[in-house]
Amino acid sequence: MTTLNINGHDHSVDVPNDTPLLWVIREHLQMTGTKFGCGAGLCGACTVHLNGEAVRSCQTAVSQAAGKKIVTIEGLDPKGEHPLQRAWIAEQVPQCGYCQSGQIMQAASLLSKNPDPTKAEVVAHMDGNLCRCMTYARIQRAILRAAADMRGV
Amino acid sequence: MTKHQKIDMLPNIDRRSFLVGTAATGLIFGYVGAPAIKDAFGATSANFEPSVWYSIGHDGKVVVTVGKAEMGQHISSTMAQLVAEELEASWKDMSIALASNDPKYNDPILGAAVTGGSWSTGMNFDTMCRAGAAGRITLIKAGADMLGVPEGECHARESRVHHAKSKKSVTYAQIVAGGKANKAWSADDLKAIKLKTPDQYTKIGHSLPQLDIPPKTNGTAKYGIDAFVPDMLYGKLALPPVRFGATVKSVDDSAAKKVPGFVKAVVVEDKTATTSGWVVAVATSYEGAKKAAEALKIDWDKGQYANVSDESIIDESRRLQKEGKEGFLFVKDGDSSAALEKAAKVIEGEYLTSLNIHAPLEPMNALALQKDGVWHIYTGNQFFTRSTIIGSVVAGTDPKNIAMHQHFLGGGFGRRLESDMVVAAVAASKGVGKPVKLIFAREDDMQMDFTRPLTYQKVKVGLDSNGKAVAMEHDVIGAWPTAKWGIPAFLTPAVDKQRVGDTFENLHDSFTVNGADYWYSIPNHTVRNYENKLAQGATPSGQLRSVAPAWTFWAVESTMDEIAHASGEDPVEMRLRLLDGAGANAGGDKPQNVGGAKRLANALRAAVGRSGYGATKLGPNEGMGVACVSSQERSSPTWTACVAHVKVDPKTGEVTLKKVTVAMDVGTVVNPDGVRAQIEGSIFWGASLALLEKASMKDGGIEQRNFDSYTPMRMSQIPEIDVSIISNGEPAVGCGEPAVTVIAPAVGNAVFNAVGARVRSLPITAEAVKAAMKA
Repeated sequence: MTTLNINGHDHSVDVPNDTPLLWVIREHLQMTGTKFGCGAGLCGACTVHLNGEAVRSCQTAVSQAAGKKIVTIEGLDPKGEHPLQRAWIAEQVPQCGYCQSGQIMQAASLLSKNPDPTKAEVVAHMDGNLCRCMTYARIQRAILRAAADMRGV
Repeated sequence: MTKHQKIDMLPNIDRRSFLVGTAATGLIFGYVGAPAIKDAFGATSANFEPSVWYSIGHDGKVVVTVGKAEMGQHISSTMAQLVAEELEASWKDMSIALASNDPKYNDPILGAAVTGGSWSTGMNFDTMCRAGAAGRITLIKAGADMLGVPEGECHARESRVHHAKSKKSVTYAQIVAGGKANKAWSADDLKAIKLKTPDQYTKIGHSLPQLDIPPKTNGTAKYGIDAFVPDMLYGKLALPPVRFGATVKSVDDSAAKKVPGFVKAVVVEDKTATTSGWVVAVATSYEGAKKAAEALKIDWDKGQYANVSDESIIDESRRLQKEGKEGFLFVKDGDSSAALEKAAKVIEGEYLTSLNIHAPLEPMNALALQKDGVWHIYTGNQFFTRSTIIGSVVAGTDPKNIAMHQHFLGGGFGRRLESDMVVAAVAASKGVGKPVKLIFAREDDMQMDFTRPLTYQKVKVGLDSNGKAVAMEHDVIGAWPTAKWGIPAFLTPAVDKQRVGDTFENLHDSFTVNGADYWYSIPNHTVRNYENKLAQGATPSGQLRSVAPAWTFWAVESTMDEIAHASGEDPVEMRLRLLDGAGANAGGDKPQNVGGAKRLANALRAAVGRSGYGATKLGPNEGMGVACVSSQERSSPTWTACVAHVKVDPKTGEVTLKKVTVAMDVGTVVNPDGVRAQIEGSIFWGASLALLEKASMKDGGIEQRNFDSYTPMRMSQIPEIDVSIISNGEPAVGCGEPAVTVIAPAVGNAVFNAVGARVRSLPITAEAVKAAMKA
């Protein structure tokens, strides 16, 4: 049995140590906000936080996540009103929406360390996250809006 | 020109008679075992269901049932916006539900449950508005009765019926709870309703927040891959090395049996020929199914396409074009061959587009189970009518025993018009007698994509002694995605032939040639459409966002620049001169093409003016290129123009797309911000297809398997964009696809203007630019 702390709650799961964290979160625990996109760390749809760092859960074995604080899109904000989530609505970012959990989690890890990123810093941080609907221009705007919101400007 | 015929694939109920009455059950999902509306009549305490398209609850909440697939085009919100406009409902009261495969939710024009072609808004505008108006009229009457005032003195606004004289009002919630709303609306009654004129709109034309967006920011939006049922097993595909034509000779599961949780390897029996040689490894977990699939030892007969490659497909297309026998006439205007013989100069070009992969970010998936004689299928799909039939064949049951449960689509782009995920999920579930959720790995999804066909086009233009174009011949050759559906109504007779009953005689797939029937006034125009049967077999193709206009306009709009350069005329001035609206190019033979070529000329002027074309001083090795298109079809054109600004590295041939300016005339805009979002996304799609995305076939298989080798545009690669939406009150046309089609030719023309390299093959790679610079 492995114990995982996800969004502040402990979950016990009985899976082989090499099971990707993604499938444990999505299928075993049915927290489906975290998405499967490529299984190879190439698209970012499965991004979650591990001790505050954005990681690709499809490339993270469940054994690597045990004992660490895991945060998924469901746990980013208790009411789903993180400044990024509000900005995502204000800028009407999502189209199909499938990549957006990963985009928001990736962006959140940037703003937690850099409250005032430049556009170039946003691009560099977000370039590993594919959006097939190509909502990139709105993602950029929403991140800069959320950053300003968090700084209180 | 493509005509849309009503398609009767399933027994149809009369969806044009709207029942206004009280039904106890609220919305009815699925027609299997669900009580009919009429059985629920007479019940008390009921919701108000003015039509199949929405119901109003006692709390006044309006739930719009969306028969269209929601794949990010926000069509669900658009349908709600149309209903709310005429219903006079508050936006805060509106919500959406996704329709099942019950035929009563079929598209009112198409008569099928299918989403594509950028048709949805245009084809549902009238129906949704009339449904909304029928509800409003009924509610006003009931509200007037409740207030004890004359109906004629009342009006409705923001979910409330008002009587101005007495300043009394009653909410829709109160009226519905009172059970007073009752009226049967016949098709004729509905037709007689006088709809609002655009100056009366309070919701259409406003950027109301899209109803599907909030759940897409917090992980609660449900896609097909998010479906769960009790006792569910998982399926993972084990696939042959070739795209199509393989058969399974034997399966050795001895190693798979050692994987914990492995249940069975199911060979997919598929009489619909949607798939070939597929095996599903079923296990108690997805990771277990994946390990088991990898452990299977399968012996395949690779079939007749095992040696096919890009090169052999192109060779076959060239052969067909040279032979010139098998083409279907799509345009025949004047005598092009005589005019070409007399021409002072002839320009010829071969245009190619590569295979392309849809790669929606949600890989294909479906969950299937059988319960009490009914097959339930949970997935996100663009073509329920077809998936129902295909699913029923694999399940071995009547289509009426198939219940499709619609979900949000994690990207569609035409990929989810297909039913292969349904085939494999049903076969697997049937094979193990339990519910199975089948999830394609990304590698499976790319390998088995129904690709955009590899197309070959030959264009021949004759110029007179003044350099004016006097003839054009255009041959379009490739696989035919829509012909694969096997529905004559979706195919088009050659212009010199007639449709023969319900047969395929004289019919061709005009969805592979739309756009070649452009709006320029050039005399002596011939377009022929050819099916490459080798490609059709080896690379089962699909409709990829924007379909034919993305290749036909690549050829046409590049050629227009070639003509301009050959004759020394400015490419913009030449296009404006040829978009004179003469004869058939005046438009107006269909409601959506009113105004004709002159509207395209205006869109071109708008884009050119915004871009600074001809006025902005460009740096070294920079260029601007123009293109203008009437995608998707001549009967439903969205007038779209583009100026692309590029910089080319003359040493490497690498193209940097600096800025894209697009102007699009969409007639009536329902939601301006939604239209803008679609244009933004489709500009980047077009740029990605123009410069970055290329798939290829070798030894009968698709070579690209993940996002390391198939490389859609990322954030660091997007150009600056400038989007102008022209909204003039003409009938609404689609906005989700046309911009895709205008980018590649504009970029190609810009590259030529920057460094003199004419590239005629997509994508425009650095190597191709470098090679064309030397040529």
